[in-house]
Amino acid sequence: MHYSSFLIKYTEIAIKGKNRYLFEDALVARIRQALKKVEGAFLVTKNQGRIYVDADGDYDFDEAVAALQCVFGISGICPVVRTEDEGYDKLKEDVIRYIREAYPEQDQTFKVNARRARKNYPIESMELNRELGGVILENFPAMRVDVHDPQILLTIEIREHIYIYSKVIPGPGGMPVGTNGKAMLLLSGGIDSPVAGYMISKRGVKLDAVYFHAPPYTSERAKQKVVDLAEKIAKYAGTIYLHVVNFTDIQLYIYEKCPHDELTIIMRRYMMKIAEHIAKETECQGLITGESIGQVASQTMQSLAVTNEVCTLPVYRPLIGFDKQEIITVSEKIDTYETSILPFEDCCTIFVAKHPVTKPNLKVIKRHERNLEEKIDELFARAIETKELIIVE
Amino acid sequence: MMQVYLDNSATTRPFDEVRERMRKIEDENYGNPSSMHMMGVTAEQEVRSAREILAGILKVREKEICFTSGGTESDNLALIGCARAGMRAGRHLITTKIEHPAVLETMKYLEGEGFEVTYLPVDAYGRLDPAVLKEAVRSDTILVSVMFVNNEIGSLQRIADLSSAAKEANPKLLFHVDAVQAFGKCRIYPKRMGIDLLSVSGHKIHGPKGVGFLYIDEKVKIRPVLFGGGQQKGLRSGTENVAAIAGMAAAAEILYRDLETETEKLYRLKEGFVRELKLLEGVSVNGIPEEEENLYANILLTAPHVVSASFEGVRAEVLLHALEEKGIYVSSGSACASNKPAVSETLKATGLKKELLDSTLRFSFSVETTEEELAYTLDTLRTVLPALRRYTRH
Repeated sequence: MHYSSFLIKYTEIAIKGKNRYLFEDALVARIRQALKKVEGAFLVTKNQGRIYVDADGDYDFDEAVAALQCVFGISGICPVVRTEDEGYDKLKEDVIRYIREAYPEQDQTFKVNARRARKNYPIESMELNRELGGVILENFPAMRVDVHDPQILLTIEIREHIYIYSKVIPGPGGMPVGTNGKAMLLLSGGIDSPVAGYMISKRGVKLDAVYFHAPPYTSERAKQKVVDLAEKIAKYAGTIYLHVVNFTDIQLYIYEKCPHDELTIIMRRYMMKIAEHIAKETECQGLITGESIGQVASQTMQSLAVTNEVCTLPVYRPLIGFDKQEIITVSEKIDTYETSILPFEDCCTIFVAKHPVTKPNLKVIKRHERNLEEKIDELFARAIETKELIIVE
Repeated sequence: MMQVYLDNSATTRPFDEVRERMRKIEDENYGNPSSMHMMGVTAEQEVRSAREILAGILKVREKEICFTSGGTESDNLALIGCARAGMRAGRHLITTKIEHPAVLETMKYLEGEGFEVTYLPVDAYGRLDPAVLKEAVRSDTILVSVMFVNNEIGSLQRIADLSSAAKEANPKLLFHVDAVQAFGKCRIYPKRMGIDLLSVSGHKIHGPKGVGFLYIDEKVKIRPVLFGGGQQKGLRSGTENVAAIAGMAAAAEILYRDLETETEKLYRLKEGFVRELKLLEGVSVNGIPEEEENLYANILLTAPHVVSASFEGVRAEVLLHALEEKGIYVSSGSACASNKPAVSETLKATGLKKELLDSTLRFSFSVETTEEELAYTLDTLRTVLPALRRYTRH
């Protein structure tokens, strides 16, 4: 079967009142962007509350569907047979051919749902339903009509062209990226942070990301792995500005000056501070982390409170109530899992203590952080100054 | 910044002459050696002359050289090809615990195919004792595979002694040698040393990647593992990689022109480097026997180009990257990561202390390595090591 168009279904945008057109326009823009990489030429149009993607000539169907499935805001993708209006007899033939090719078994229940959007078409909707239903029954004796709960809901839209469709491929849901501001993702090489980025991006939030690099303790390959992960998220989230911060000196300084069992928690506080600093510079409205309660020592309720304390921007933790397996399931779905589990050391593990504090006391931590007063501001400034920007598309 | 490439056991820089030779062939003489026309004939001549050069170096017959895609394929062809051809005579194979994965993994595959494999231990310097080998040989042993020079610690096997010990116990067995790290560094004469099959790789000897050869004594019964157009007497189908083959031969020719002088130079470099390394605190050098009266004599019992050293209290990967920041490229004894320590089997087999397994680096030289480069490396180690030791995982 040759599908020449797609009807794009979206649910949540439809309820956004006066702002609706903003969301729709963003969705159209995201769809255009996603289809740029697909073989073929496409025309994306918004028409009376619907978005159509019309292929102009040959294209790669699977590739196009895969691209559309990465566009947040799409709830369903209907492959459409688009024909020209060349009279009712031609339409009958088209419908017969559609059923024959789309449903080779030809033994389902169905209902015809004709919509005459172009009012100068000579047959009205109700009549079309009856007539075309009859045509199907005549040609496919095993098919039966069920107007309440049909297996096939065959929609025929009469517009400038005629659109015939009945199948819906699920989209990713969510809202078009860019319609809900921007946030800074703390991206490590692990399993969780890419998933956290995906989830927030799904709600229409544009992403920037920050990665803490600690050469020579972490390798160039570890950094490449993070770039690869950012690329995978960018398939959904669009272009990501990835800020790579050299964290070695700060980390070694903390190591030298603070109790070793508090190293990780103090380090995380500085990561949050740096991330927030860059976030504010780049006009992000929040931070995103992949933390989940109790997963490791630095993610206990007490630890989260202590790291949270350094920020004034809200910190979004979409995985907070997820179990590891639930996170892995999403990471497999978005294809980041295989990359995440590549065994390169990241800067959170290089100096990790055997028994890090699990119930840090903010007052104690702050007292120990005073040991850093002498050089930390200078190191902080240098970390910001020397950061590298990688634009990931 | 000085750039010091000390990872020549991983791969080497192709000689300029090699690149020129290859470019000329790709430009002017790109024919298929199997084609009947003149272009094919000239290409065939390139392959033939390469074969001539390599056979000359080994003092073997030209028809005993079979070109492959590299060391891994040579090892696979030798082991699988001989095991399949010899399975009626017996199903027992012998190798050592410190072979390259190209041999060890192939052996594992053959175990799955119903062969029995004995993996022999080595001494603290990575050497196999001929008596131990002789003891392991049985009447149904069809093949012994021992590497000439170990790629991780540079141990040098007494190949002729091993071969004669094995063949004394069972004259019918075949003796395969993985010489990927030895070719270009040692004189190798298969006929004199009792070697029936010998694997060589092009890119370890300043030739191109993707090419190698297997020497196969003409009396050896071997079956192909690749099937197709029947090139190389049906033993290795596939159009010959003409330019790469010629490049590899050109590289070998250069290395063997002046082998003794170059090798002595390498041994002297190694001696100086090892001597200085041993003076550093918390540094030990692996794989060098202590049997002779002086260091140089002991070093002569090892390969001239590989130095394995362990650095107490420093993680190999971190030291590697710290050296990299100073333009020095080396390799870690074990590709290791926090969550999946892939500890080197070779280092384990030599009985290296457990806490040093993940603190071991390999420095490997080539004929292009200079004294200045090694002095710079030592200087860098002297400054980097104390700095790294200040910060360790507790």
